[in-house]
Amino acid sequence: MLYIKCPHCGLRSQNEFAYGGDATIKRPNLNQEISNTEWDNFVYLRKSPRGRHLEFWHHISGCRQWIKVDRDTATHEIFNTYKANEEV
Amino acid sequence: MSQNYRLENIGLINRKKKISFKFNKKKYYGYEGDTIASALIANGVHLVGRSFKYHRPRGFFGAGVDEPYAIVQLYRNNETDPNVRATEQELFEGLEAKSVNCWPNVNFDIGAINNFLRMFFPAGFYYKTFMWPRSFWYKIYEPIIRKAAGFGKASIKHDKERYEHKYEYCDILVTGSGPSGLASAYAAAKNGAKVILAEEKPRFGGSLLTSDVNIGNQSGHEWADKIISELKTMPNVIVKNRSQVFGYYDHNMLVMSERVSDHLPKTEKYIPKQRLWYIRAKEVVISSGSIERPLVFGNNDTPGVMLSSAAKEYMKIYGVLVGKKPLIFTNNDSGYETAIEFKKNGIDSIILDSRKNPKSDIITEVQNLNIQIKYSHVVVAAKGYKKVSSADIAEISEDKKNLGKIENISCDCICVSGFWTPTIHLASQSGSKTSFKKEIDAFVPSNSKQNETTVGSANGIFSLNETINNAFENGHSLSKKITNKDNKVSIPTVVEKKTSSHDKFWCVPLPKGKNYKRFLDFQNDVAVSDIELALREGFRSIEHVKRYTTLGMATDQGKTSNLNGLQLVSEVENKVVPQVGHTTFRPPYTPVSIGAIVGREIGKHSKPTRKSPIHDWHEKNNAVFVDAGVWLRPRYYKQGNESLFEASKREAKNVRQNVGLCDVTTLGKIDVKGPDSAEFLNRVYTNAWLKLPIGKARYGVMLREDGIVMDDGTTTRISENHYHMTTTTAQAANVLSHLEYYLQIVWPELNVNVVSSTEQWAGAAIAGPKSRNLLEKLFPDKNVSNEGLPFMGYTEGNFFGCNARIFRISFSGELAYEINVESNNGYFMWEKIMEVGKEFNIQPYGTEALSTLRIEMGHVAGSELDGRTIPFDNSLEGLVSKKKDFIGKRSLEKSAYTAPNRQKLVGVVPLDKKTSIPEGSYLVKDANAKLPNPKLGHVSASCWSVEYDNPFSLAILKDGKNMIGKKLFALSPLRNKKIPVEIVSSHYVDPDGKRVRS
Ligand SMILES: [Zn+2]
Repeated sequence: MLYIKCPHCGLRSQNEFAYGGDATIKRPNLNQEISNTEWDNFVYLRKSPRGRHLEFWHHISGCRQWIKVDRDTATHEIFNTYKANEEV
Repeated sequence: MSQNYRLENIGLINRKKKISFKFNKKKYYGYEGDTIASALIANGVHLVGRSFKYHRPRGFFGAGVDEPYAIVQLYRNNETDPNVRATEQELFEGLEAKSVNCWPNVNFDIGAINNFLRMFFPAGFYYKTFMWPRSFWYKIYEPIIRKAAGFGKASIKHDKERYEHKYEYCDILVTGSGPSGLASAYAAAKNGAKVILAEEKPRFGGSLLTSDVNIGNQSGHEWADKIISELKTMPNVIVKNRSQVFGYYDHNMLVMSERVSDHLPKTEKYIPKQRLWYIRAKEVVISSGSIERPLVFGNNDTPGVMLSSAAKEYMKIYGVLVGKKPLIFTNNDSGYETAIEFKKNGIDSIILDSRKNPKSDIITEVQNLNIQIKYSHVVVAAKGYKKVSSADIAEISEDKKNLGKIENISCDCICVSGFWTPTIHLASQSGSKTSFKKEIDAFVPSNSKQNETTVGSANGIFSLNETINNAFENGHSLSKKITNKDNKVSIPTVVEKKTSSHDKFWCVPLPKGKNYKRFLDFQNDVAVSDIELALREGFRSIEHVKRYTTLGMATDQGKTSNLNGLQLVSEVENKVVPQVGHTTFRPPYTPVSIGAIVGREIGKHSKPTRKSPIHDWHEKNNAVFVDAGVWLRPRYYKQGNESLFEASKREAKNVRQNVGLCDVTTLGKIDVKGPDSAEFLNRVYTNAWLKLPIGKARYGVMLREDGIVMDDGTTTRISENHYHMTTTTAQAANVLSHLEYYLQIVWPELNVNVVSSTEQWAGAAIAGPKSRNLLEKLFPDKNVSNEGLPFMGYTEGNFFGCNARIFRISFSGELAYEINVESNNGYFMWEKIMEVGKEFNIQPYGTEALSTLRIEMGHVAGSELDGRTIPFDNSLEGLVSKKKDFIGKRSLEKSAYTAPNRQKLVGVVPLDKKTSIPEGSYLVKDANAKLPNPKLGHVSASCWSVEYDNPFSLAILKDGKNMIGKKLFALSPLRNKKIPVEIVSSHYVDPDGKRVRS
């Protein structure tokens, strides 16, 4: 079980969190003119890398904040965690 | 039967307490502190089971966790546990155990015929033989193999024992209480660290309990006792025996199983049988010790052949002799220690040492005791079937390739020592690399992956002096990093006997003309010849050899067999062992009960049960409940002998004719607050929200980014910047996370806060033509007329002294209201409404009637919003704004979503007006078309229309828009039904929605 440092609460066990997907994906702006391909890439395409990955996690049984976790998907090492609005 | 092999003045058992137990239905006696194994050996019993493949007789090989043979089925407290190691299970009064893997009994085993047919059972036998014909596998081979295989039987009864989980945090977890564990734990605890010391056995001290050493001017055993009693008094230390740390997981999380009551006849009330500890440790000290390696020779699996350390342990801890005429076969000094212990207890042994001329203190001591030693000698083969009766021995040449003249000597046990294998499982599980240490012919942990340090013999250090010194220093330095303290304890002086180095020899060659089985893996019956065959057949990777031969794959996970297997592969392949590498160690280190893994989360506790504050009323009034997510909701209220069908029909009818009352507390509720709330709702929902006035509710639909409907519900504007959102019961948690995602990540500039208020409000829906009359009585001083409180209106009122929110919303399609009061007033509200509503013939209705009402009205719910449909499919396209952007809008432009024949919600009525259409039925044009019959749609929800008194269903149908009036078939192959149906409008009742506005 991972040990994730919530930037708001501190170190907590993985079972307090829900995984929230790739944190490098940016939602297109509202009312933005956008091609089908660009939109489909946003909705569906994810890299799923083996190795370092910036992810969203939701501290669902804690402070209910979405956070960013810089994690190695192969070794599970967590390099750093960030608040949702922090640029990485 | 008397304990003929029990010694008088030695051992740590409690001789004051005699215990009776049964093994294979026969009664024996032992003492408190015995294991099944020690008590049976005391009684001269050495035949305890049959081997896995050849069903050869099996005795005891070890004295602990490494035991490959003595697996028994245990009976306790009307329950049974399979796969119990007799060497670990402590005796309790009335214990019953049986042999496994033998039928009809251990002395006469039909499966032993496999032993005589063993030429047919080479490596990979199952893979090779049972391939053909294919159908034979299921019908013949598999059932037979299953019957013959396995170690014991799992109980098929519900396990009534209590298992618990515990979460613990510590600075330093020490796994094992031998000399290195004790010293590390003591030094760390004295330096202020929070320490957990875990010992798998009942007694603390590890090797100190059986070795002849001196620490700080006392025996090793006395020193261990002293350290343990001091640790037990320290508030920063948790000391646990019978506790096996079996798994090392990510981020220094370790899992330990504590056998709390396994050694007792019965679990006491509120005490668990076992407890699973999840321990998050800042540092881990792995002091798991080492396991003696077997030597490999002919018939080395015969009962009576066992590890020399085990023989010593049986004497020193249990006061039990494993034999009275022991032969000791060793390649190092450990065998000599066992010989000395035999001698102390009046037994003369013969030592066969594969080495030519070893010299050390301990060998001198043995010589002085006049114990017979034969250097350069080996056991060629054990003789005897159910118990060793003699041994063929021979001198061996210096290159270990040739045997001299074979001589048979009489003996009743053969104690073997092939040196020691560090127990590196935990270190390896943590991700540590291992390195091969030539001096000890074994792997040791090298670079730590996580925060772990391996000490003592687990790290390949066999000198006690070095171990104690290292461990004290490690305990100190590790704790210093955490506590920033520098309290050092003095390290005691250690007196131990010097030993000479071991012989790399481990496998006795076969004598000419003999074809003895020489076993490597004692539990899975893997012999030297099997590995050789696998290599001849081209298997190279050790992982492949393992799987092909099943070496090390039994429940003992190869604790005694792994290294010998590797040595053999490396010898045959002419490689060095590190090139061969070792197979991966995976948790658990020892078998763990399923019960312990599950813990308390069984039956009703496998998920939370949420009950509305009105639950007790429902219960008292014969509600039959249904699981709605984690909620319990009344499905119907049973009157007399009513069936579900009759009751729900009655309840639904009463809503259409009079007034019904439904507990809607379970609906998700979310408070949306802040100046940007309207803008936020406008982006979340598909319809327009900017102009919703205060005191008005609106129905809304929200999508995922891929255009699929996520949820629906009404949201009410309570005040300027305050909205009350409702969600479906099932989606409440997802919707909240979804809203938080957009507020925190996508649009952090919006000044809005959301919080769940589901549990703060109890909700009651009153629905039916008489609901306004009832409302007037409930709120006499409020104007609840059609003008005062119009459809989708909202007001607040005083409900007999309670704050109440009144919404004029309807799910049933009737004139209806929803009243919310604070949760703790929910029960009061419900009773009051029932009391006041009596004159209007009010009746409570459950989810079944609720479904009927919404289905015949054509209102969509979870069965239509099933994660596969877009607004159009549900006839909700009118709620999709063309003017503004919102979550998921761009996806609705997809060509498939705008196709002219896109699926759409329709109503379905059977032509005979009688046959109910099963939910999930397929709609097809031709009921008898060739398969696969093209599917046009599926029936999502079915009910018995109370309005028309015939079956009615909703369906999602291809080109549904243009299908009204068409005749199709509803197919339910599962129920063997082909029902001719007509497609009608989904709005079966009150298509213009007059009633809700009346
Ligand atoms: Zn948090």
